[in-house]
Amino acid sequence: MRIGLRTGGALAIQATDLTLAYQQRPVLWDVDLEVPQGVLMAIVGPNGAGKTTLLRAVLGLLQPAAGEVLIFGQPYASQRRRVAYVPQRGSVDWDFPTTALDIVTMGTYGGLGWVRRPGSSERARAAAALTEVGMECYADRQISQLSGGQQQRIFLARALVQDADVYLMDEPFQGVDATTERAIVELLRALRADGKTVVAVHHDLQTVTEYFDEVTLLNVRRIAGGPVERVFTEENLRHTYGGRVAGIGGRAMGNDLESAS
Amino acid sequence: MTSAQIDVLLVAVVVAAACAIPGTFLVLRRMAMMSDAISHTVLLGIVLAFFVVSDLGSPILIAGAALVGLLTVVLVEAVSRTGLVREDAAIGLVFPALFSIAVILISSLAGDVHLDSDAVLLGEIAFAPFNRFAPFSVDLGPIALWVMGAILLINLACTALFFKELKLATFDPALAAALGFSPAIVHYGLMSLVSITAVGAFDAVGSILVVALMIGPPAAAYLLTDRLPRMLGLSVAIGAASAVAGYWLARVLDANIAGSMATAVGIAFILVLLLAPQRGLVATARRQRRQRWTFARQMLLIHLATHEGTPAETDESRPDHMQRHMRWPPAFANRVVRTATERGLIVLENDQLRLTAQGRHEARAAAVR
Repeated sequence: MRIGLRTGGALAIQATDLTLAYQQRPVLWDVDLEVPQGVLMAIVGPNGAGKTTLLRAVLGLLQPAAGEVLIFGQPYASQRRRVAYVPQRGSVDWDFPTTALDIVTMGTYGGLGWVRRPGSSERARAAAALTEVGMECYADRQISQLSGGQQQRIFLARALVQDADVYLMDEPFQGVDATTERAIVELLRALRADGKTVVAVHHDLQTVTEYFDEVTLLNVRRIAGGPVERVFTEENLRHTYGGRVAGIGGRAMGNDLESAS
Repeated sequence: MTSAQIDVLLVAVVVAAACAIPGTFLVLRRMAMMSDAISHTVLLGIVLAFFVVSDLGSPILIAGAALVGLLTVVLVEAVSRTGLVREDAAIGLVFPALFSIAVILISSLAGDVHLDSDAVLLGEIAFAPFNRFAPFSVDLGPIALWVMGAILLINLACTALFFKELKLATFDPALAAALGFSPAIVHYGLMSLVSITAVGAFDAVGSILVVALMIGPPAAAYLLTDRLPRMLGLSVAIGAASAVAGYWLARVLDANIAGSMATAVGIAFILVLLLAPQRGLVATARRQRRQRWTFARQMLLIHLATHEGTPAETDESRPDHMQRHMRWPPAFANRVVRTATERGLIVLENDQLRLTAQGRHEARAAAVR
């Protein structure tokens, strides 16, 4: 096992006592996050629960008021190359003057370091990643001409190019069509089969059980976390969403929650 | 042309090119107004540095100006980070404060120095040829050309070296940070370039016109291309062309050169806004008009196809029925019917509109789309 050898079996992500505040208001309060290697984990919680903040804290983009984050037992700065990030699609300006292939090539920048420019091998890797997400025909397309689902796939391809061990994704399924959603799920499973770890902020409670192995229920504090079958219970969800959950399973609960939160 | 005219033209072109490069990234980062702020506050840096070195020709002045340019950015960010003031308002608060300090210092303490507010606001590029760079009595051309040439080279070199970092930090600062390319370093690096360029250019064209040269050409180039390297090249080209056109405009009108150059930038932008092949207003209007006719024709075809072979067909396919059914004015309806007939999509038989084979085919294609 490649990963086992490199890491001595440490957790992919271990955050302890993570506390983060914006202007003295806690956004994350004493949160522990333990992600074993090779799992697909969903982070679930109402709006304003701190899901994106948690991802950004793990990535070192935000400075926690307390607590620490370890990636494979090491601080993030030394593990940068092993972590890939897929931000929310809406976080960037899609009118930026460039092509789909160029955006995917950005995933290779971390390996290049400052000043060195991407060459033909970087572009070839980017093209291969585009093929992996079924977007090879759109390589030269201006990014504003792509649909929402296609833009999301571009972002995923960019993360694939990073060839990381841990993938942090902020709502990868948001606003994508059914085809793209299936393609993304297959991609996540392929990553897991390669021993990669994926942590995704997820909004659709109905698909948590189907898509993910583990789940962290978050609402400023961590309500519960662990294997889906053990943790994803009606009671835990009620704690997370404040008692407005009708039930889980086949019922249309995800939508109720969306409107409730 | 006299050699002085050639000197003025050269300075103008170099200033325009030097401004267009950092300006492109300002436009893409939606920070255009920061150039306005910096181009004014660098005056404070010049004044403060002048008190230290007492020499208006010293390069220390440029360094001082660049530092105050960065201070402007830091202060604007500090004010807007309080969450009580938005960024545009923060710019509006910080830059008049720093600029007015500079104006007071000039008027009260350095009254006997050749630094007056008119020259600061408008510049005087016509004087550029008189200030020569002549080490050991060898005339090497106007100093302004050397200073701006050096700044242009710095801008070109930094953009070439850090092109990938500038692009990444502009498009997706979060990914840049996660990959270890500090967006803050890129940001302040770019702001340093803006400050240096502003202080160098402002001698020639004044602080207000620096903004025109930094923002106008990139804003026009943005409408002409969707590739960043081409946008940079087009910005430089539009800026340089506007500088040359502005110079001749000034000759014809016998007017201020810098003002004419900024006017030329404005005219260039308006032309691009109207005539850009894809995104221009004219192209957009024509496309919308074409789409309106195409859509109307498709409605007609689909309507005829829906009722084809049904008992209601005789009623539904009379030409005058279209006016009522689609709520089309008669002239519009007639024109839709005429163009559809001309294209061989429908034929008129016994006061009935009938689809041709081709019309049926198009109706089907339009309906599934």
